[in-house]
Amino acid sequence: MREMIKMVVTLTILAAVAGGLLSVVKISTAERIDQAVLEFVQGPAIISIMEDVSNDPLEDRFAIEINEEEKNFFVGKLNGVPRLVAFEEGASGYGGPLGVMVGVDIETDNIVGIGITTHSETPGVGSRAATDIRFQKSFVGIPVTDDGRIRLGEDDGDIANIGGATITARAVATAVRRAGVLYQENQTEIKTKVAAFSN
Amino acid sequence: MAKTISQEFKKGLWEEIPPFRLVLGLCPVLAVTTTLENGVGMGLATTFVLVCANLLVSILRNVIPPKIRVPCFIIIIATFVILVELLMQAFAYGLFLNLGIFIPLIVVNCVVLGRAEAFASKNKIVPSLADGLGIGIGFTLSLGVLGALRESLGSGTILGNPVFGPNFQPFEFMVQAPGAFVALGLLLCIMNILGKK
Repeated sequence: MREMIKMVVTLTILAAVAGGLLSVVKISTAERIDQAVLEFVQGPAIISIMEDVSNDPLEDRFAIEINEEEKNFFVGKLNGVPRLVAFEEGASGYGGPLGVMVGVDIETDNIVGIGITTHSETPGVGSRAATDIRFQKSFVGIPVTDDGRIRLGEDDGDIANIGGATITARAVATAVRRAGVLYQENQTEIKTKVAAFSN
Repeated sequence: MAKTISQEFKKGLWEEIPPFRLVLGLCPVLAVTTTLENGVGMGLATTFVLVCANLLVSILRNVIPPKIRVPCFIIIIATFVILVELLMQAFAYGLFLNLGIFIPLIVVNCVVLGRAEAFASKNKIVPSLADGLGIGIGFTLSLGVLGALRESLGSGTILGNPVFGPNFQPFEFMVQAPGAFVALGLLLCIMNILGKK
């Protein structure tokens, strides 16, 4: 019996100390990890969307609470005037969740570019959505709220398909359409907050 | 009988160099060594876990009841692995993206548990540290050599810099999974020839 108690106590203490230590480290690194995710996961997509901006969109960002979740919006300035906004939306792809960064011009409400942030699509097939320029460019210039046009050619829309990866291409289009809905619902707030970056 | 500290350290570098002599911990060895950087990164992460786990196991060796020693070792090792994972996410996110699932899998790397069980739980603190450091550096070296070999042949680069000039046609087989087995087999063969005398 004594031996039993000793074993239980040893394991409990060990696990408690380990848990305590890890939660301290977790809390103290949380901010840096968020920053790193921003830089490595969302950063490349944002930079590819906002090629000609004069500011650093990763620095100039704001958050809006949507459905009890903080969503980051990244602001791009053209010749010093804040005009572009990029934010992430998701949809379910062929291999799992798919994240799409969508850039919108707030004056015309047109899409200026899209970029894939996270995906787990089949390498060499669905994964081409992240690199296929023709596919990504086919979103550019369409109003982000135009539900009918942000669909694949097969679905009577304007988006170019990716050969052999229709499910992935369709998922990206779905994510962009969701971004359109989100943009429309929060339009006033987004525009005010973007405008606040002019100085 | 009793080996000196430097002998404990040195045995990890040649006599008992983990993947080549003990042929242990092959999962990360084969999976992440597509480039030199990944190999060395994985090696260093494992070394950190090995040294810390050896140290703590050695300190606690008289406190831990023998019947539950394995769960205790696993808790200690898992703690350090998660520590490495969090630190890597915070300070070397690019490397973390490359190594991915193989960082959490250090927990079940048999080299780490093997050293805790076979060495640190029976030896004093300083020899255990030397053992962990030696085996860890040996592991890092092996992964580095394998990574450099596969990266140079498979992608024609070392640390991202081209080494063979513009006309080199990459031997892509080497950066794929079967190439890992072939490269490891060849290295084992060389090690055996050298070790024979």
